[in-house]
Amino acid sequence: MEYVIIGNSTAGIAAAESIRKLDASGKVTILSDEPFHTYGRPLISYYLLGKTDAEHMNYRPADFYQKNNIRTLFSVRAERIDAVKKQVVLQDGKKLKYDKLLVATGSRPFVPPMEGLEKNEYFTFMTYADALALKKQLSPEKKVLIIGAGLIGLKCLEGIADRVGKVSVVDMAPHVLPSILDEYGAFLVQKQLEKHGAQFYLSDSVASFEKGMANLKSGARIPFDILVVAAGVRPNVELVRDAGGKVGRGILTDDRQETSLKDVYAAGDCTESYDITCNQSRILALLPNAQFQGACAGTNMAGGEAHFTNAVPMNAIGFFGSHVLTAGSYFGDTYEEKRGETYKKLFFDGEKLNGFILVDLPERAGIYTSLLRGKISLSEVDFEALKRDPGLIAFSAAYRAEKLARRV
Amino acid sequence: MKRIYVNEKWCLGCHRCEYECAFANSHLTDMVKALKGKAIYPKIRVEDGGDVHFAVNCRHCTEAVCVRSCIAGALSFQDGMVVIDQNKCVGCLTCVLVCPFGAIMPAPEVGVAQKCMLCTDNLTGEPNCVKNCINNAIVYEERD
Repeated sequence: MEYVIIGNSTAGIAAAESIRKLDASGKVTILSDEPFHTYGRPLISYYLLGKTDAEHMNYRPADFYQKNNIRTLFSVRAERIDAVKKQVVLQDGKKLKYDKLLVATGSRPFVPPMEGLEKNEYFTFMTYADALALKKQLSPEKKVLIIGAGLIGLKCLEGIADRVGKVSVVDMAPHVLPSILDEYGAFLVQKQLEKHGAQFYLSDSVASFEKGMANLKSGARIPFDILVVAAGVRPNVELVRDAGGKVGRGILTDDRQETSLKDVYAAGDCTESYDITCNQSRILALLPNAQFQGACAGTNMAGGEAHFTNAVPMNAIGFFGSHVLTAGSYFGDTYEEKRGETYKKLFFDGEKLNGFILVDLPERAGIYTSLLRGKISLSEVDFEALKRDPGLIAFSAAYRAEKLARRV
Repeated sequence: MKRIYVNEKWCLGCHRCEYECAFANSHLTDMVKALKGKAIYPKIRVEDGGDVHFAVNCRHCTEAVCVRSCIAGALSFQDGMVVIDQNKCVGCLTCVLVCPFGAIMPAPEVGVAQKCMLCTDNLTGEPNCVKNCINNAIVYEERD
């Protein structure tokens, strides 16, 4: 059996691990257009921050490929899938036969058209190479402008804030982290970031660039030495789409992670997931989700049977020692606690927890997440107690016996 | 593989396991020096509610969602145990967000996560909470 995996990040690695659990002898090849040993992609901001280094960024140990008998082809792009002949055509013209193929191509930065952008060199912030390039430019006197106050823009901000002069952030949204926070949660995070010198221009955008200067719609003018564009990402769907596979916003798969093309699977940020907290198919570009999908794909590719049926958005993001943990969808009734710099908000509907926001209240947050991922009805727990404190005491004795007195 | 299991009906809620855990992980041999006047950050936690008491620490799940979710590859499943490499951990707390037991937590002094490693990472070498549970409410044994 020949397995080909396009992508050397979380989903690809998870698939390879799952394949090896079931098939010790099949030929596994991992392709990547990057030159690096698999690394934790979200670690790039921690790298700039100095919280990790090149050696510790390895997502798997140095002997991972050798130990699992995986062939690697790095610094090479897959150009085309021929789903009829079952082969991948590489950038150098070489062809790679497969019996089972995984497309784990991730996403790429989206750079919106902005007048005068071409007058400036700019950075994106997705890969280790991006971080290395940006790092070379950092120095204490430089002014940085970041376009985008989302997860990527703000993690970049944290990574560089204390290593440069001033950092300004522009976003069209009225508050920071609009994809995961409400207004009050965003207010707390913004305050924290402003303590480190960041200046925010929200509900605003760049009307035009001059060299080293951004003119905003509001009329503000922001001079900069370094420009980072973190305005969003787009999934890399082209390989599957061009081969005739079904694609929506992301690559579409069944719950076994197989695409509409036979023996072609897909996982990770390039795909859509069925989000059970809002009953919609959407892109969940999150590392844990990529792992769950990749592992599921690998099992099925190797002849096992796995279904991924509980995708839930979840984010753990921190800034300068504070922690924001969120999951699920934000609709329904709410429960709120605001104390000092901490904030808890739970969203629920009848018998279901829909989602939550926790700012600097990380303790045991996973117990809330378990309600979402486990589709646990609120009628089975003491929700009044859970609202105040996530604890197993709010669950039935039978649930606890199952979880604490048995092998899990 | 031996693991820690909880016998809820025997737990008195004395919280001694929490102190024994903090002591074992202080890497000191004098309990007074290790604990007196200090805030403790045990890796085991006793929950109390009316007449019900029980201790919770890492279950060392076979398909551990913390291991699967770790962004740094800092958590791994080795020889039947979920192991954390605190040198690789960056303290993002994704593991805290996903653990259904609330059994992995921030380690305040170092800015990364901490979890029970069955006392293989300290001087006691076997689970100190179990050894010192006076009522056998926490046991270390083989079960299905």
